[in-house]
Amino acid sequence: MRTGALGHVLARRMLPAAPLIASLLLAIPPRASARAPETAVPPGPELPAPTEFAAKDRPGDTGNAILVTWKIPPALPPDARIQIRRAEPPAYDWKDIATVEPGAQRYVDSSAKDKEVYRYEIRLVSASTPDTMGIAGASGPPLVSDPVASHDNWFRLERTNSLIANILFICLILGSISAARSGKKIFIRRIAGLNAIDEAIGRATEIGKKVLYVPGIQSMDDIQTIASVAILSHVAGATARYGADLDVPNRDPLTFAAAREVVRAAYLSEGRPDLFREEMVNYITYDQFAYTAAVAARMVRERPAAIFLVGYFFAESLILAETGQSTGAIQIAGQADPTQLPFFVATCDYTLIGEELYAASAYLTREPVLLGSMRGQDIAKGIIMLLGFLGIVAASIGIPWSAEIFKTR
Amino acid sequence: MRRVPLLVTFLSGAAIASLFFIPHHKAQAVNSKLLEWTLVVYAFALILGSLSLWMSHAKKVKKRAEGWPYSMVTLVALLAIPGLGIWKGVGAGSPVGMIYDTVNAPLASSMFALLAFVIASAAFRAFRARSAEATLLLLTAIIMMIGRVSIGELISANLPGITEWLLDVPNLAAKRAIAIGVGLGAVSTALKIILGIERSYLGRS
Repeated sequence: MRTGALGHVLARRMLPAAPLIASLLLAIPPRASARAPETAVPPGPELPAPTEFAAKDRPGDTGNAILVTWKIPPALPPDARIQIRRAEPPAYDWKDIATVEPGAQRYVDSSAKDKEVYRYEIRLVSASTPDTMGIAGASGPPLVSDPVASHDNWFRLERTNSLIANILFICLILGSISAARSGKKIFIRRIAGLNAIDEAIGRATEIGKKVLYVPGIQSMDDIQTIASVAILSHVAGATARYGADLDVPNRDPLTFAAAREVVRAAYLSEGRPDLFREEMVNYITYDQFAYTAAVAARMVRERPAAIFLVGYFFAESLILAETGQSTGAIQIAGQADPTQLPFFVATCDYTLIGEELYAASAYLTREPVLLGSMRGQDIAKGIIMLLGFLGIVAASIGIPWSAEIFKTR
Repeated sequence: MRRVPLLVTFLSGAAIASLFFIPHHKAQAVNSKLLEWTLVVYAFALILGSLSLWMSHAKKVKKRAEGWPYSMVTLVALLAIPGLGIWKGVGAGSPVGMIYDTVNAPLASSMFALLAFVIASAAFRAFRARSAEATLLLLTAIIMMIGRVSIGELISANLPGITEWLLDVPNLAAKRAIAIGVGLGAVSTALKIILGIERSYLGRS
């Protein structure tokens, strides 16, 4: 009775505060109801939870990807894995999307769609570890991420270092070109292969045989082919001056079109358009080994006095160079790819190694502007060597981020 | 008029270079479109190439030059294969597919097989110990060749390790040095082309 009376009194006194209490109760986050039914199961205590879990739009990408990251706790069983699940709020229909090694510490969900909101859940699982009931197959407590959506980006953040390096290099090259324009004398070391060009063409003229120029087998989208076509321009100028015959067989149609125009222009600029014939620059085939067979056959049948193998070559490099060697021609090769270089070094009289191929145009023309760019390259190389040395020191004394800042992705 | 190709080169070069840093789908769509245009240009260049091939061989046949019957075969093939491809298709089992499998592929394989012989003759010439450098090259080659086959491990258990060291340390160091120089040279050449400083590839005038 007393209790009933007290309850009645309390009820009467609390009545005005009822809306306030109701609001407070509503304001408390409905923790149990926000969780997926599966996550409500108490986790086994055997496995700890990962830490620093986050899900976010993968920075600097083309969209449709979410980056999930975490840190692993110490002393995990060897078969421990991270189970990753995804749900689309407000529904909590969790779907398994991946099970990965915990050590990866990151996972990219490439199945995400732009502008759709997701939540991610991760937990540690181990097939061999017993759970609280003693049954193998324990799992750790789940962690649920904040809602996240992916979107397109306008800048690839992970390439910032590459952008900075490129800007610096461009400034260096332009600065060197500007210095060269002002009349500063620039030393350039002797490149035997390029000095031998005139000698080889002179020899071909003397014995009345042709000069064979092979501009590689790649198209004009390859920088080596462009460098080769630039050298062809000088070779064609020399054959026009000396009156030697020139033969430029091509494998790529675009290279063929560019090479023909370059040779035509070289003959024009030397004042010998009468010596230029369309068939000097000719197209053979797009097939790699059919092209190789045709060029090798020309070497054997026509016995050119000078052979230039300058550009990008693959497996045909040695076949061509060795066939040319067997004919007794002076051979000058140029290649930037280290995999084919040894073949040319072994079989050719002169080889333009790596960057010498790109230096050819500046070396042959001696134009101050082009020489200036070479000086810029050399300064950049010096800076890279210095950075390499500093990197060795930094890695040796244990500065982990030193290697990271130079990584390009 | 020379400025037009230079302007086209500058605009396309700068655009493609900047697309390396822009992942947005609209920018990448521009990239794909530019690559599609390249294919169109390529197709026209292929017509030009085929015409060059036709004309050089037709001239040989007309003049009855040395080896003209081979030129005749080339001309017949140049007409017949595309004709068969248009008429019967180019898939597996089609006449073009059969010609490719039974004629082209074996001939290409034979050409590739020549590599074994030319490697032997090139190695013989390169490894003649005429100087201190050539002797060093010869010794390295001997170690490499023996260390990379099963008998090498029987001769000395250290040989495979030595070959790995040769590949991973001196060889890799030289390759990386070349790669750095090539990388800088390529960027520098590309920059010179984009800015119109290097014009040799356009022909001199």
